[in-house]
Amino acid sequence: MGLATFIGGVHPFEGKELSENKPVQVLMPKEKGTLAFPMSQHIGAPANPVVKKGDHVLMGQKIGEAGGFVSANIISSVSGTVKAIEPRRVASGGMSNSVIIENDGEYTPVEGLGADRDPAALSKEEILSIIKEAGIVGLGGAGFPTHVKLSPKDPNAIEYILVNGAECEPYLTSDYRLMIDQPERLVGGLKIILQLFDKAKGIIGIENNKPEAIKKIRELVANEPRIEVCELLTKYPQGGERSLIYATTGRKVNSSMLPADAGCIVDNVDTVISIYNAVAKSTPLMRRVFTLTGDAVKSPQNYEVKIGMSFQEVVDANGGFETDPEKIIAGGPMMGMALFDLSIPITKTNSALLCFKKDEVAANPETPCIRCGKCVSACPSHIVPVKMMAAALKGDCDAFEALNGMECMECGSCTFICPAKRPLTQAFKEMRKTVAANRRAKAMAAQAQGGQKK
Amino acid sequence: MGKLFNVSASPHVRSKDSTQSIMTDVCIAMLPATAFGVFQFGVHALLVVIATVLGCVVSEYVYEKILKKPITITDMSAVVTGMILALNMPWDIPLWIPVLGGVFAIVIVKQIYGGLGQNFMNPALAGRCFLLLSFAGKMSSFTMDGWTGATPLAQLKAGESVDVMAMFIGRIPGTIGEVSVIALLIGAAYMVYKKVITLRIPVTYIVTVAIFAFLFGQQDLTYVLAHICGGGLIFGAFFMATDYVTSPITPNGQIVFGVLLGILTGLFRIFGGSAEGVSYAIIIGNMLVPLIEKYTLPKAFGREGKKA
Repeated sequence: MGLATFIGGVHPFEGKELSENKPVQVLMPKEKGTLAFPMSQHIGAPANPVVKKGDHVLMGQKIGEAGGFVSANIISSVSGTVKAIEPRRVASGGMSNSVIIENDGEYTPVEGLGADRDPAALSKEEILSIIKEAGIVGLGGAGFPTHVKLSPKDPNAIEYILVNGAECEPYLTSDYRLMIDQPERLVGGLKIILQLFDKAKGIIGIENNKPEAIKKIRELVANEPRIEVCELLTKYPQGGERSLIYATTGRKVNSSMLPADAGCIVDNVDTVISIYNAVAKSTPLMRRVFTLTGDAVKSPQNYEVKIGMSFQEVVDANGGFETDPEKIIAGGPMMGMALFDLSIPITKTNSALLCFKKDEVAANPETPCIRCGKCVSACPSHIVPVKMMAAALKGDCDAFEALNGMECMECGSCTFICPAKRPLTQAFKEMRKTVAANRRAKAMAAQAQGGQKK
Repeated sequence: MGKLFNVSASPHVRSKDSTQSIMTDVCIAMLPATAFGVFQFGVHALLVVIATVLGCVVSEYVYEKILKKPITITDMSAVVTGMILALNMPWDIPLWIPVLGGVFAIVIVKQIYGGLGQNFMNPALAGRCFLLLSFAGKMSSFTMDGWTGATPLAQLKAGESVDVMAMFIGRIPGTIGEVSVIALLIGAAYMVYKKVITLRIPVTYIVTVAIFAFLFGQQDLTYVLAHICGGGLIFGAFFMATDYVTSPITPNGQIVFGVLLGILTGLFRIFGGSAEGVSYAIIIGNMLVPLIEKYTLPKAFGREGKKA
């Protein structure tokens, strides 16, 4: 048997050598500059601002209160004055109500910030409440509130806590650097999660293009009976939740299941470290590790940035662009969001800014499908992109669903591999939205009818 | 606001492979067989290849020009069609015949159905079958070294013995490109290496023919090997049955397709009137592709047990 992996997937150019050997540099925001904190940095209801214009806030202070169970707190990463509460554009392209804070440059902390705490002395409820207060969400990109993920219906049914150290997106190196620079915190965070689940075992999955990280963490967990490292084959999307669960446990999760239904909880490396920081170091989520890379960047670098800084500030700190890029992307090249400009704030889920001299999408116009079947072999969900595309072009939602189109995880493998350069994933995103909206409408109509009968 | 950057939905990177690069690889893969054909049969074979390719490319250009469609000859697909058709010709055919075949393949079989990706039959094979029906005599008389001889499969059918080694190297009468098994295998290896094709269709096809010949023909190694090496099976299995547009896209469907082609070829060869059957088997197989795909759709990950 070879290395743990899944069936399907692609091998895009990795590009990690640009930044993988650059230890994380702490980057401070400009003094007297402003930071923007969108109230929606996660999946679920937006947070509600709990400060108002003119208020003075401290570093580590809660400025947005979770707006429901599936929601997360927003924490100020600086001390200063609230200048405004107004909608701002975020990386996903939409607008989000945001708290704008002018940095006073003092970084005055709230009381107790950074204090050591012994996780072993805390109860499960206390740990969960600390994680919730700290505003921790899935930092891999999806932004699902972590306290919700860690509160499954039956905690005893959870058998595996999977730490996603695959970092299968090309160019990204922030998780890798964290595994090299702060492996103790990663293992510490995982131990805290394991404290919540008595029956669970921890598995840290790392792709085999990161041998140093594998070695380092293996040494560290040598005496941890409940933790092991699983070496994964380097292949995109190895770090996709379903691919990772299958590779490490052999279990299969489909679109209508949660990982918890298969006895698994998956958390990204930076998320686990943030849990450690919150629980053992009394530090809520105010920073993130961020890779600035791409061929248009002067000196590709891993930074620790304060959440709320703008992408522009990071580029400026690097000395501006080497060449004017044609395209900039928040996140990785396979699933990241292309940005119009750099004035957008960095949120919890932005792991990188990629700057490319050439836009490969514009350079590769669409041509007719030659039915080569490469998309079929590449699809990690084992569905048939070429036929789904035919359904999408006709707007045929029924056919799309019959082809299991809702199993698509929008990983982009089919579009990447397509020799005819067809925008498959892009069409599927639209179709999936339409189908999901139709389902909701149907459910609501059924509910309304049920109500009338009463 | 200053200059805006390009935006598009993810993914933002593309693989290096393009339709053009794949088609070019297929052309490169046919060069050994073409070179062998020219070496064995002489310069007229080269003229046949050039004329056929030109017939295909020019007719695609003219058709698209007349109908004011985008010109697609740079995608190399017409060149592939032309080369496959040419390699299916006897070397001494009058040049106007393959040119006519090329025009038929491109205009009638490919373009009228909507161009690249829309044709349901392999254009080169349909062109060949059209010529076989229209010019049966000229298309199936094979001369070599100054004498007209029966192809090994015809000899086999007549109960004569054949030299399998000569078939492997290509010292036999036949069409320009089908004779040399070794030259074809070099090209096939190149395509597999470049990931242009997988072995699913060719291997299941060839193995099925071998089993069929063994069961229903003669239980003799030379006989079975002659069936594998002769009658354009190697050429057909690697270069024509694997045509993307006219073969199944589903992995299991490709295996079904290969087995089906093997059975049809065996039937035509052993129970049919003619000694060969690769071309007709593939053409018939092409027409069953939608049906094969329908029943071989892969099971979605995590939904294997459930109905779609």
